[in-house]
Amino acid sequence: MCPMPETSSIPMLQVRGLEGWYGESHVLHGVDFDVYEGEVVTLLGRNGAGKSTTLKAIMGMLKRRKGSIRFRGQELCGAQSRHIARAGIAFCPEDRGIYSSLTVEENLMLPPVVAPGGMSVEEIHRLFPNLAERRRSQGTRLSGGEQQMLAIGRILRTGARLLLLDEPTEGLAPVIVQQIGATIRKLKERGYTVILVEQNFHFAATVADRHYVMDHGTIIDMVLNADIDAHAEKLNSYLGV
Amino acid sequence: MLIFGVPLQLFSTQIMLGLINGAFYAILSLGLAIIFGLLNIVNFAHGAFYMLGAFGALLLLDYFDIDYWLALAVVPVGVGLIGCLIERFVLRWIYDLDHLYGMILTFGMGLVIVGVFRNLYGATGLAYSMPPGLQGGYNLGFMYLPASRAFVIVASVVVCLATWLVIEKTRIGSWLRAATEKPHLTEAFGINVPLLITLTYGFGVALAGFAGVLAAPIFSVNPMMGSDLIIVVFAVVVIGGMGSISGAILTGFMLGFVEGLTKVFWPQASSTVIFVIMAIILLVRPAGLFGKQE
Repeated sequence: MCPMPETSSIPMLQVRGLEGWYGESHVLHGVDFDVYEGEVVTLLGRNGAGKSTTLKAIMGMLKRRKGSIRFRGQELCGAQSRHIARAGIAFCPEDRGIYSSLTVEENLMLPPVVAPGGMSVEEIHRLFPNLAERRRSQGTRLSGGEQQMLAIGRILRTGARLLLLDEPTEGLAPVIVQQIGATIRKLKERGYTVILVEQNFHFAATVADRHYVMDHGTIIDMVLNADIDAHAEKLNSYLGV
Repeated sequence: MLIFGVPLQLFSTQIMLGLINGAFYAILSLGLAIIFGLLNIVNFAHGAFYMLGAFGALLLLDYFDIDYWLALAVVPVGVGLIGCLIERFVLRWIYDLDHLYGMILTFGMGLVIVGVFRNLYGATGLAYSMPPGLQGGYNLGFMYLPASRAFVIVASVVVCLATWLVIEKTRIGSWLRAATEKPHLTEAFGINVPLLITLTYGFGVALAGFAGVLAAPIFSVNPMMGSDLIIVVFAVVVIGGMGSISGAILTGFMLGFVEGLTKVFWPQASSTVIFVIMAIILLVRPAGLFGKQE
């Protein structure tokens, strides 16, 4: 059922039978999917389908999880989240995770470099000029859009090649959403691999190669972006729009 | 010359004594604030580490002929290492539990440490001879300023400012602030938060050890010295606001000053005034003077 892209045969990230818990509640019930190097893949689904939890599970931020998460051949399920970050996966959380006790510049410089080849601060400032202007401000004094740019910008410095973006467009004005879309396309051009959690299906269609649909803590379907018009009705019923 | 009917000499001497107390309040509450910020543990063993610092200086001098100046550097490192070991092998197990367990555990550890020293050295004070270089003093015209006391105030200000600078202005300080604010996310960026916690606890108690060395020549060295002081320091922390770095330093000196003033004008109230202020602050600003209101 899942047509694979022809570019490479071994996935960069391979998730199999991933289960996850928030305290006592069992949220992920066996998630399976693959992501190939250089792809932008979305996780779509209704609220509570387990999309954000899947990202947190990959990042090692759930207390309890099981299954398999193979990244470049290395098993990461069971690793601590700092080791997962050091392996080259970076996370941009849904609440943006901007630190109020750090300045904009300190927020940007916080994540340690984990591999060579990350963007320089100058490049990030060229991508998001607002961050350069407001570098001395307290992180949380930025507008919502600027905070999102900071949250994305700071993980580009680290040299991580797989980026997990959790609803980067949530609650932002359309013009900012366009800017973030342009940024994601730019990242793809540069060869970054992105897993994007989105509620906004129309936005997802402008940036992604493939879409995985989640419901009740599992993947229920996969649609190529190229075929998205043909499957519009099915997707609408999944997402309840 | 009189100030509000009090001789200038008496007035300024009491203010100086107050500021010396303030110097100890500041270092100790600074350590407590750093530890509480990152570990969410109210370190009730803090007074015991202060006492360990003073005994460390005394024992190093008696057995190894290591003088005061060297002890100022060596003892905090030793006390800090003990702190690191305690964090790594004892405190680490209780982070998932309620705050109350941290209080009880550190309180118990403090009692054990103090108990051991009481058994070994008795409850009466031992004297630490005034180090050469701190003898004598300066005649300021309106008062006599002993060198030993001036040094305590200067050393405390320097250490507090240096600590503040490291936390607020350096990269390692930004990691500490980040881990204090969002530990899980900070770890997910690849920062070794457990190691940071160990070092932070070690550094916090090293500050207490440093204060203990400072105290050795000017107060008597005895096992209970920390228990007496730490109760006031907790009041200082409550007034300043839990977890605020600059607040802990400023409040420490400020309350020492207020205590000195009270000694001049209403001596009977001087040992109570800090607790009265604490009660008022709790009523008016429950998060403390510098704490963030939740």
